[in-house]
Amino acid sequence: MPNKFPLWKNLMVLLVVTFGFIYASANLFPPDPAIQLSGQSGAMQIDAAVLQKVERSLDEAGIEYFAGETDGESLLVRLRAKDLQLRAKEVIQAEMGGDYIVALNLAPTTPDWLSDLGGVPMKLGLDLRGGVHFLLEVDLDSALTTRLEGDIEDVKKTLREERVRYRSLVLKDNQIIGQFRDVEQVEKAKILIRTTYRDLQPQSEPGQNPLVLKLKLSEIASREIEDNAIKQNLTSLRNRVNELGVSEPLVSRQGKNRIVVELPGVQDTAEAKRIIGKTANLEFRLAALDRIGEVFPFRTPSGQGPDARLESKAVITGENVTDARASFDENGRPQVSITLDAKGGWQMGYATRDNIGRRLGVLFIEYKTKLEKSLGENGELVLTPVPFVEKNIISLATVQAQLGKQFRITGLEQRESSELALLLRAGALAAPMYIVEERTIGPSLGADNIALGVKSVTVGMAMVLLFMLVIYRGFGVFANIALAMNLVLLIAFMSLMGATLTLPGIAGIVLTVGMAVDANVLIFSRIREELASGASIQGAISAGYDRAFVSILDANVTTLIVALILFLIGSGPVQGFAVTLSIGILTSMFTAILLTRSLVNLTVGGRKIEKLWI
Amino acid sequence: MTELKVYNFMGLRKIAVVFSAVLLFASVVSLSINGLVLGLDFSGGTQVEVGYEKPADLVVVRQQLESAGFENPVVVHYGSETDVLIRLQGKPDQSVSEKVYAVLQSNGEAVELRRVDFVGPQIGDELREDGGLGMLAALAVVMLYVAVRFQFKFSVGAVLALVHDVIITLGVFSLARLEFDLTVLAAVLAVVGYSLNDTIVVSDRIRENFRKIRKATPVEVVNESLSQTLWRTINTSLTTMLVLLALFFIGGELIHNFAIALMIGVGIGTYSSIYVAATVMLAMNVDREDLLEPVEGELVDDLP
Repeated sequence: MPNKFPLWKNLMVLLVVTFGFIYASANLFPPDPAIQLSGQSGAMQIDAAVLQKVERSLDEAGIEYFAGETDGESLLVRLRAKDLQLRAKEVIQAEMGGDYIVALNLAPTTPDWLSDLGGVPMKLGLDLRGGVHFLLEVDLDSALTTRLEGDIEDVKKTLREERVRYRSLVLKDNQIIGQFRDVEQVEKAKILIRTTYRDLQPQSEPGQNPLVLKLKLSEIASREIEDNAIKQNLTSLRNRVNELGVSEPLVSRQGKNRIVVELPGVQDTAEAKRIIGKTANLEFRLAALDRIGEVFPFRTPSGQGPDARLESKAVITGENVTDARASFDENGRPQVSITLDAKGGWQMGYATRDNIGRRLGVLFIEYKTKLEKSLGENGELVLTPVPFVEKNIISLATVQAQLGKQFRITGLEQRESSELALLLRAGALAAPMYIVEERTIGPSLGADNIALGVKSVTVGMAMVLLFMLVIYRGFGVFANIALAMNLVLLIAFMSLMGATLTLPGIAGIVLTVGMAVDANVLIFSRIREELASGASIQGAISAGYDRAFVSILDANVTTLIVALILFLIGSGPVQGFAVTLSIGILTSMFTAILLTRSLVNLTVGGRKIEKLWI
Repeated sequence: MTELKVYNFMGLRKIAVVFSAVLLFASVVSLSINGLVLGLDFSGGTQVEVGYEKPADLVVVRQQLESAGFENPVVVHYGSETDVLIRLQGKPDQSVSEKVYAVLQSNGEAVELRRVDFVGPQIGDELREDGGLGMLAALAVVMLYVAVRFQFKFSVGAVLALVHDVIITLGVFSLARLEFDLTVLAAVLAVVGYSLNDTIVVSDRIRENFRKIRKATPVEVVNESLSQTLWRTINTSLTTMLVLLALFFIGGELIHNFAIALMIGVGIGTYSSIYVAATVMLAMNVDREDLLEPVEGELVDDLP
């Protein structure tokens, strides 16, 4: 038993170690505190002139900055110190006024060669960075109810037209319940509804009153409505969050009916809640015939058109819009199909009947806030948030025929159609949302948490290193190198995977440090035992590694299973813990078995030694 | 070369059974009478952590809140004299945190809003359910894995050891009225992982020795195996305890209970890997026969 690794094995170990050092090193470059500036609307040009203006105001205020850069849509100025950030934001906001969004940001300082290799620093969770976390629940039931309320009117109309007589038709628990006079009418109604309304399914239960017809939305239809309700809310939330000017906000769906919003760095929860809670609206108005009416700008996120004068009375509002989607007409040209509820359809028909050939405009109404400059009592500049309403025309099309419950807007580019559909849906009354969880972490608590985390990792690690040296002496050094390398690899993988470091995540790292030595303890104990039972030194090393391997594998696989379950059931912080624990188990297998073996083989392997320093 | 000293662990197994039974009984009684002090994650509600510049007088803070109309606010120091944690029961309201902050600032004191947690009641319910389910799922999967890798009697021993550790850890939390939140749940699941790790290593050795040592009673084999792994068990527990102590003393208030849960769990887990799993196996009459590798050809493929 020569205890020699073939060259390729040593090279592989070396490769993994180098890989670990490279990717972990990305965390050695802390990001610069920075200020980011962008326009309230996408059409605004943020060019070198704007950058100059910003830099001049920073110069005047005596705030040290460097490396201002702009890409036409936004600009970024790096600051020398973190505590300058808030003041710089105020100064810039005061100078530029309310048309611009000024946000605190962190600019990466990763050197080019490292970012070319894909090296990125670890992301910090809200508990380490400070910020707000909201969990919103979308009321899907009410989305279904809205849809059924529309359907019930239509069903009534169809039944009347086909002369099917019914006693009553009501909505109860998201079911349409119809009462009929005789069984024949029930059957007639059933057949009629099956052919006309594919989304409505007649229900039949044993022992049901034969004169009662229950209708339910089909699985597919209700799932589609729910999905749309969530998507609609996601879209409008994203739009609103962008307005807060937060760098790296997160808005994503969680589970069936929840939306997570994470706003790093935001401290003013009241403001955040107000903006998240506000709604956009829509108004459909006919173009004005004479000088009466209001002029509105034509503006969509991607373009501008000529202003137009619209009547001051709205035909319908967003409340009446149940759906809007981009599609293609018979000739393959893009269009937007709009569905209204029964009341909206009726009003639309009434308004357009005598107005064919006139233009119909869609107004997108947003409730925004902007910061207004004023002079305070002592002559200093005061910024006060002032709410205002912004109304833009997003579509202006000629009425070709009398419109009803369903109509379409044609003559669009493909990109325009999808954008218009999105805006229409955002302005339509989406299913209501409410906050079910809120967590705010102040910036100082975040900083405290990092400091505590780093300190406990350091102290815990130092104690383990010392312990291993005392107990296993020479081999303790190998174990300690493995342990340190394990930490490096853990950080490298977490950075590379884009995992977020949280406080429980740090606890996971600490725990991994404690448990990672277990594999080495197992191996070394086994070597000692082999030596005690009279094996040769080289034989003991070889047998120790081989025999301990099975135990290590079994023990780690089972722990990995537990970590996986933890990840599946947990939310944010617990998942962070599970991720660090799992990665830690995998990296510790490598460092404790392969890395130490390689070190042992290189130092004592295959040589004649009198005594093993273990 | 010295022979390894074999300790007669199993000679004490009757005492161990009594010891475990007493602990389990106390835990179950406490859990069913007192229950757990559920943290905000599970109970739902609002809590606000604020920082003062000077040590804060809790009585004053409580009075401030009560006179502002908050019913029965729980006001405690959190980690230090200057940190105060306020827990509000009753109907959760989304703007509560801002009101609390305004009230505390009203007498001109410099107060820093450090943390706000609002958890709606439905979230708490779901978490409780998911947590329980997760625990059961973990136990089931582990039992299956051990049954496949080892043998049925081993998996019963391992799972009973896990249940033993989890119940006692929860029992201590219940008896000491420590708060049980999401991080503690994570810690308990980590205890499952740790205790399992320990039990597997011991079981591994027992299996090996059953195959290797031909003329010995099961009790002797178990004693020999436990003695052989004793130093490894102690050393690993010690290193883990060292880092947990670091977390406990330095890690800060937020992971205080996390560290406590793990320390209890690691302590109990070390004991259970020596006594519980092995005792259960012996009680089930584990034998050499159970562990002989299946002879090739003995397996009959009964698939059509």
